[in-house]
Amino acid sequence: MGTKHIVVDPITRIEGHLRIEAVINENNTIVDAYSSSTMFRGIEEILKGRDPRDCGLLAMRICGVCTGTHYQRSIEAVEHAFGVTIPKNARLVRNLIQGALYLHDHVVHFYHLHALDWVDITKALEADPTKTVNEAKKWANAAGTTPYVADSAKFKEVQDRLKKFVKQGRLGLFAKGYWGNPHYKLTPEQNLLAVTHYLQALDLQRDAAKMMAIFGGKNPHPQSIVVGGVTCVQDIQNPARIALYKDLLKGFTRFIKGAYLPDIYMAGTMYGDEALDGTGAGLKNYLVYGGFRLQDNGFYKSELLFPSGLVIDGKYQEFDQEKVAEDVTHSWYNGDKPLHPFDGQTIPNYTGFGKKEKGIAYLDTKGKYSWIKSPIYDDTRVEVGPLARMVVGYVKGDKRISEYVNKFLKNANLPAKVLFSTVGRTAARAIETEMMADIMFNWVDELAANVAAGDLSTWTEFDFDYVSKDAKGYGLEEAPRGALGHWVKIKDGKVENYQAVVPSTWNAAPRDYKNRMGAYEASLIGTKVAKPEEPLEILRTIHSFDPCIACAVHIVDTKGKSLGEFKVNTSCSI
Amino acid sequence: MNREHLRSLFTTKSARVETNRGEAYYARLYEQCKARLEELKKIEPLRKISIKEILEDEGVSRRDFLKWASATTAMLMLPSSFTPLVAEAAELMTRVPVIWIELQDCAGNSEAFIRSDGPKVDDIILEIISLEFQETLMAAAGHQAEAQLEDAMEHFKGKYLLFVEGAIPVGPGREWCTIGASGETFEEHLKRVAKDAAAIVAVGTCATFGGVPAAAPNPTGAVGVMDIVNDKPIINIPACPANPANMVGVILHYVLTGQIPELDSLLRPKFAFGYRIHDNCERRAHFDAGEFVEEWGDEGAKNNFCLYKMGCKGPMTFNNCSIVRYNESVNWPIGSGHGCIGCSEPGFWDKYAYERPMADANIKMAPGGGVEKSVDEFGLGLLTAAGVGIAIHAAASAIAGKKSEGEE
Repeated sequence: MGTKHIVVDPITRIEGHLRIEAVINENNTIVDAYSSSTMFRGIEEILKGRDPRDCGLLAMRICGVCTGTHYQRSIEAVEHAFGVTIPKNARLVRNLIQGALYLHDHVVHFYHLHALDWVDITKALEADPTKTVNEAKKWANAAGTTPYVADSAKFKEVQDRLKKFVKQGRLGLFAKGYWGNPHYKLTPEQNLLAVTHYLQALDLQRDAAKMMAIFGGKNPHPQSIVVGGVTCVQDIQNPARIALYKDLLKGFTRFIKGAYLPDIYMAGTMYGDEALDGTGAGLKNYLVYGGFRLQDNGFYKSELLFPSGLVIDGKYQEFDQEKVAEDVTHSWYNGDKPLHPFDGQTIPNYTGFGKKEKGIAYLDTKGKYSWIKSPIYDDTRVEVGPLARMVVGYVKGDKRISEYVNKFLKNANLPAKVLFSTVGRTAARAIETEMMADIMFNWVDELAANVAAGDLSTWTEFDFDYVSKDAKGYGLEEAPRGALGHWVKIKDGKVENYQAVVPSTWNAAPRDYKNRMGAYEASLIGTKVAKPEEPLEILRTIHSFDPCIACAVHIVDTKGKSLGEFKVNTSCSI
Repeated sequence: MNREHLRSLFTTKSARVETNRGEAYYARLYEQCKARLEELKKIEPLRKISIKEILEDEGVSRRDFLKWASATTAMLMLPSSFTPLVAEAAELMTRVPVIWIELQDCAGNSEAFIRSDGPKVDDIILEIISLEFQETLMAAAGHQAEAQLEDAMEHFKGKYLLFVEGAIPVGPGREWCTIGASGETFEEHLKRVAKDAAAIVAVGTCATFGGVPAAAPNPTGAVGVMDIVNDKPIINIPACPANPANMVGVILHYVLTGQIPELDSLLRPKFAFGYRIHDNCERRAHFDAGEFVEEWGDEGAKNNFCLYKMGCKGPMTFNNCSIVRYNESVNWPIGSGHGCIGCSEPGFWDKYAYERPMADANIKMAPGGGVEKSVDEFGLGLLTAAGVGIAIHAAASAIAGKKSEGEE
């Protein structure tokens, strides 16, 4: 009675094809939600039977965004199976490639995939460019730094450019946004500041991609990592390459500190009420596989930049990969019980949509309704991602992470509980971006010093015929979006089974065999929608996870489908 | 894909472009382009903004702009006398609306596209071309996104360039992949949006030849755009991802000439795919001298020797990465010490994408049999033969190299 069923498909500004269905009550509050991936490629099946040394190149194509993370994890799963430890140069190069990905990914995510959920581009037209300078200074000041740009002429130029664009009548990519929605809260000047950064970031992100290409050959889809090490020998030997990397890092860091962080303080303050209310918090149980090896002492024995572990009901516990399992009760696959990835199966069983009404197909939510499987840890549903990394690091007492989190909360003058919200998820990403950028300077120096000391070793030899007879291994890491793992079983030199359990598998999953919700679904419950025909709040919370659905569909891949549609059907009650 | 296309790839002498077609040819083309640009100027622009203004706003000098135009002219394999026309065409790009859809993809080409540096992406998006629909970047979602697509298709009927990223499942997975609230399949979606396009640009190897999802055993029966759409001009820009320089090149060429660029038998523009990686590789001299990397990280690797013995497929791969490179020419795979995996060739996941020489290949065959299989085998047989031929040449070079060393 009195409920409305909202279908949002496609969810745009994500990677992959994603559909969200939500049910709202008479107060426009979301009381039920379903997350579905609508694309399948079958990559896990494609990997079977291949030479394990070739998996990384193909597995990387699971995703064009976390490109590189899949590459490294696939290679490392095989290295783990073979018992190969890579040389120091290779570890540092891999960290630098992955680090460049973090910077690129987080900045592109915040400005180009997420900002328009907080920023009303049309309001920027009413801004006073002179007053915008004050805004820029105010939030940079809060972040303890100077603004990236605080020049009224620059703000005016951006505004004029926007005005011309709007005058043409066709808004192109900005057409039909939810402009004017009452849940946009920034002032015109704040909007202009953010739009200016949006355009600057669009230009600047190419530099972070270049950083990846210096040691990775290209971006996206780098090509310099092999089982046993890396191939970019001439790039690490060349001081000019290292200097270029550092220069680009310097420039990008200036943007992170002078624009990205201040913008997060601005958004965090302006949307502080939502954060304090815990809007979008969801499951509140967090998982981190762990990532970025800081030492050369072999697999899963090194100190990590992001320590592994879980926070369940507020308490820390150790992570044990044996407790990871995937369930397919509500996913378009065959299977009757949760399976560990080593034994995981990918047998498609597409049962389609449920009912169709007035041209809209509705998910069969009682049955199977997504290409994403439901990962479960020790019979608990969890969230992964930057927020999980910050929470687990903090609760575990990691010094570095605690320092950055405390600094953020102090500068923003907000209590720790704001982190457990949609706003908090977005803030956690910015906090760790600053931390990443800072530590990457050390890594570049470490690499340069190691090479200068005469260590040019980039690869560890192994006897393929001997080690590939019967082996299994896993590659676990933190992608920008969260815990990303590949599990591989090798027999007679070929891949016998291959499964990936990745960030959006954890977060975007449908319900499980106990009918418990996945992270996206849980995070939407209780959110109030200002205008059901403009589901801004749904996009805001879903985007805060930085969905990457191509990965999630596992090696079955899903894409946030195109076309979308979002319709409200008042007659449908659930 | 028309199987004849595949067949011709392996049977015609060469798909290579002619870089010099004689003065009369270029004189004719020049006049044709000029006329085309005059026509375009008469058309009401979609964006009432001139590139001059944009460049001035961005602090790019006329000189820098012409430098870019000159490099682009060279990339399009036109004589330098065409530079002013290319510059003019760039200024007229505002007349070309683009709709970009994603199917069975990883968004890698969208990502690559936003790394474009000539022109820069904020110019492309805001002003230069009229990007009307692009899921990864657009503000609207759901119903509003769908409305935006319909609106753009209607408004620019018959005029828009359709960029397609990702493959299309037509096998048992035909109905598995859906878009939009109505649950439209990828195939239906592509056909609907393609119907009123002026031309289609299939971007990346998934959209051109099926790519990753079509790799054996091709669980969803994935194919490329040209297997689905047969009544429109199609330009294939394969590679994984496609090089953004080639995406911009195709648009520019279209603006400049009003025609799609000259294509090879696989519908790839010859300006980009007219020669092999190997022909222009920076490590080519080492190949000729018989100097090879024999193991990752060895002395050869430290001295940038040829990667052929590490499985480089540069000799069999048509693409311009050895010239254009990636990410504003910062690097490319062979630059970073890894062999080419042949990502712009059909079926490369099953034929090329391994890190050992052809002879040691543990190649995964396409499943199921049928004609597709025989074509694959056909191609494979020939390519293996080509691999052996090159191996013989490499071995001969190696002996020659050693000889000269000995003589020294």
